[in-house]
Amino acid sequence: MLTQLPFYQQAILTLSAMILFTSFALLAQSRVVSIIHAFAWQGAMVALTTALVAYDTGLHHLYISAFLTLALKALFIPWLLHRLIRRLGLIRELHTVEHPVMTMMIATSLVIFCYYVAQPIEQFSETITRNTIAISMSVILLGMLMLISRNKAVSQVVGFMSLENGLFFAAISATNGMPMVVELGIAFDVLIAAVIFGVFFFHIRDSFDSLDVSQFHRLSESDE
Amino acid sequence: MNNWILALIQAALFIIFAPLFAGWIKRVKCWLQNRRPPSLLQPYQDLRRLLSKQVVMSVDASAVFRVAPYIVAAATLLAAIVVPLIAVNLPTTAIADVIVLAGFFALARFFLALAGMDIGTAFGGMGSSREMTISALAEPAMLMAVFTLAMVASSTNLSTVIHYVLADGMVLRPSLLFALLSMLLVGIAETGRIPVDNPATHLELTMIHEAMILEYSGRHLALIEWAAQLKLMLYSVLIINIFFPWGIASELNLVMLSTAIFAITAKLMILGAVLAVSETIMAKMRLFRVTIFLVLALTLALIGILSHIVLEIH
Amino acid sequence: MNALILTLLIPLLSSVAMAVMGQKKIAGSLNIIVSLAQFIATLFMTSVVFKQGHIGASNGQFYIDSFNVYLIALTALVGLTTSLFSRPYMEQERQNGRLSTNRMRLYHTSYQGFLFTMQLALSTNNLGILWVALEGATLATVLLVSLYRTPEAIEAAWKYFIICGVGIAQALFGTVLIYFAAAQVIPDPEQALLIRVLVEHAAGLHPIIMTIAFVFLLVGYGTKVGLVPMHTWLPDAHSEGPTPMSAVLSGLLLNVALYALVRVKILTDGALANNLSGHSPHLAGYLMMGFGLLSFTVAGYMLHRQRDIKRLFSYSSIEHMGLMTFAFGLGVPLATFGALLHMTVHSLTKSSIFITVGHASHIAQTQKIDNIRGLIATQPSVGWGLLIGTAAIAGFPPFGVFTSEFLLLSATMQTHPWLTIPLLVGLAVAFAGLFRHLHPMVYGEKPAEQTGVQANMWPVIIQLALVLWLGLSIPDFLAQWFDQATQLITGSGLL
Repeated sequence: MLTQLPFYQQAILTLSAMILFTSFALLAQSRVVSIIHAFAWQGAMVALTTALVAYDTGLHHLYISAFLTLALKALFIPWLLHRLIRRLGLIRELHTVEHPVMTMMIATSLVIFCYYVAQPIEQFSETITRNTIAISMSVILLGMLMLISRNKAVSQVVGFMSLENGLFFAAISATNGMPMVVELGIAFDVLIAAVIFGVFFFHIRDSFDSLDVSQFHRLSESDE
Repeated sequence: MNNWILALIQAALFIIFAPLFAGWIKRVKCWLQNRRPPSLLQPYQDLRRLLSKQVVMSVDASAVFRVAPYIVAAATLLAAIVVPLIAVNLPTTAIADVIVLAGFFALARFFLALAGMDIGTAFGGMGSSREMTISALAEPAMLMAVFTLAMVASSTNLSTVIHYVLADGMVLRPSLLFALLSMLLVGIAETGRIPVDNPATHLELTMIHEAMILEYSGRHLALIEWAAQLKLMLYSVLIINIFFPWGIASELNLVMLSTAIFAITAKLMILGAVLAVSETIMAKMRLFRVTIFLVLALTLALIGILSHIVLEIH
Repeated sequence: MNALILTLLIPLLSSVAMAVMGQKKIAGSLNIIVSLAQFIATLFMTSVVFKQGHIGASNGQFYIDSFNVYLIALTALVGLTTSLFSRPYMEQERQNGRLSTNRMRLYHTSYQGFLFTMQLALSTNNLGILWVALEGATLATVLLVSLYRTPEAIEAAWKYFIICGVGIAQALFGTVLIYFAAAQVIPDPEQALLIRVLVEHAAGLHPIIMTIAFVFLLVGYGTKVGLVPMHTWLPDAHSEGPTPMSAVLSGLLLNVALYALVRVKILTDGALANNLSGHSPHLAGYLMMGFGLLSFTVAGYMLHRQRDIKRLFSYSSIEHMGLMTFAFGLGVPLATFGALLHMTVHSLTKSSIFITVGHASHIAQTQKIDNIRGLIATQPSVGWGLLIGTAAIAGFPPFGVFTSEFLLLSATMQTHPWLTIPLLVGLAVAFAGLFRHLHPMVYGEKPAEQTGVQANMWPVIIQLALVLWLGLSIPDFLAQWFDQATQLITGSGLL
């Protein structure tokens, strides 16, 4: 029962619900700056949750993971994105959500779907965080939904990175993190990916005059 | 028998102190905005002034227009009887159901909207249509938040819910946290506070609640104003007692009751101050943004339910 | 052990060196030299494996067995031949003004970086590192796809990045689930992602978790394999990037992704073998067969609609990857043996085809099939190279592709006879799709002012000769490795 858990374990659960909320916020936000802020908050909360799990389990390598996440997801990538959109002059841009109500309904169904899929997995876990597996899976799928529903490059990148947050959170909640070498490798990949995305913004802007990905239809199979 | 008297006293407390609560919020706002506050009793004087005035009514007004203030006041009063203020376990708990409560509010709103359209002025119709738009979005959000509570406590009965939360002690429940946030947003929208509506202006383009009651005067207006103040207090008490019930009297003895009165006064003062602060730092949003505001409330409530199912059931 | 370190270090260090030293004239030649060095290192390693049977290193973090050893050598070989091709090709692109010197530096850095990730993915024994390497392969190649900076190239690269990034994220989730399942049976968490350890404990892994994990991994790595419907990035990336990159993408990346998928399938089969979950023990196989057959069929039909020569052959790659996925899904030794052979010959043939296509598009100065005409009349070596390469990939005897496809068909006939019909129809459709485009390109009337280009056809000749050799007789040691790998994958050998 929830009431018998120590306070920091309750905090883990509450934080994971708040992480889910940031995923919803990412889906619904239309101002590009708010999107980046919501993403930074998500990263910070994932890092905090990791630190709490580290405290709970006594696994010290998780503190390193938490620190990496904080540095990368909550500070560096939001800072990079912020800098980029400022340099590209997009700071006031609006990324309108096409079908907000539809998106929200799909998002809710995705969460329920994840709950259904995660149930058999959760049965075999003894960790306190087992219930958050469904949440982490939802964050992954909501990140994908954001990638699909947005047509601006910046929002898509945030969706992609939020998906990475979900993956990291999944590793934390299911297995208390991956082996350190894998963790470092993943962090390195994310870092490189963030930099390459930044490079891409300039390429796309130079070729298309905006970061609107919906102009990408030169390579569709149908008009051939 | 004693308990029945207590229940009546509790309802009377609502009736008496609702204008005072409104006055308190106004006072804190004045402080924050560096203005000289009116007396705390100003709302009472306003009501008295309105009551003593003659009713002026349009020649086109039908019976609906005339009856509406009484129905609105009566429905709100019934709601006040249902909501536990200082004590649970009162005989009125049998009907102290959140869904009943929502029904009373809906009834009041329905007649208010009808009255707004009855005269056939442009403002009345506009206000009614806006009010119904907002409530169409606020109601599902509120019910969703209520369902979250109901799932947590396995009941929609207010006093059972409060008992449950009291018995739990200090527990960080993600579901209740999100239900609270959702209820706060719904409460703001339903009671017509900033940023959804501004009760203090009669600016044509932004009015919602005030537009509906523009044609009322005299005792009719007094009843509606008083009902609005009562509704604000009801929502505040509801939020306080569901999410922070500590101090409420679970046994009906003098010590606990006086503690409860003291506690609820303090909590209401704090909540009123918070409301005043938020109204001071926020600007009223455009009408079309209100839908987004309420969708946010709905989403929060939804996450509340989901996190209860996903996280809290083992 | 030392050879293994060299195999990994040479491309890594040369990638860094290429980035640091900037664009020099010799970068192209240097690229060849380091690729050659890497190839020699892998040959040395191959001989060690040949003697010892396997190599393990770094506390079990690396493990070379008969399944990956020949893929490592193959990767180094294709890396070498493509670097031979790319030096004059990229130089020509630079002279045509399509590339600046700075981008040449990016090209060489990414090229070696890509080879490093491929070798890392193949040689690692850790499922997590395997994932990191495959994601790294995307990162290394994504800037190559957009190398020309045309709107089309940017669009293709963006699609590639997003689709593969999302796909591979699913694979990471699958990996997390495997780690989760392994943590229940393997006490040491540091060991719980090592493939060797996992294989030993496969029977103890929880079948339901492994099933869910496999679905995620299939979607994830399947995206990189180019399985329909996650294939949409593949034709775009192949057609818009520089041709040497298309050659290594088709010849290497798809193989390595499939290799990763098969490694996971072994685990899933092991977990499902004792039939506790209520799922069919061949669930993973059935899923792979379904995706494989779908990809095979769809890509075969898509061949007919193509107007771009590189898109044409990238759809052919999807078709063949589908066929291999199907064959691994069948799960019988004969099919698995055939699939392993097919991996090898497809990789050799397809990279040589892309090399030829690169020359052909230089001759015609376009990638549009309609504007490429009379290759044999203009430059016989390129024309014949394209013709023979396409004949090989279409499955003409006596090339190796014919042998492997024959093995696949026989295996299908034995296990699922009715599935031979869609396979045969698909092969016929693909054959028609390739040759209806090929015929006018090779034999059509030569445009008036079309002249030949300086083309180095040696890589093509070597690779096609190898394919021919594999079609006529498989060398003994290779057959042994294929057989051991078959044992590893299906549990029983063929020979």
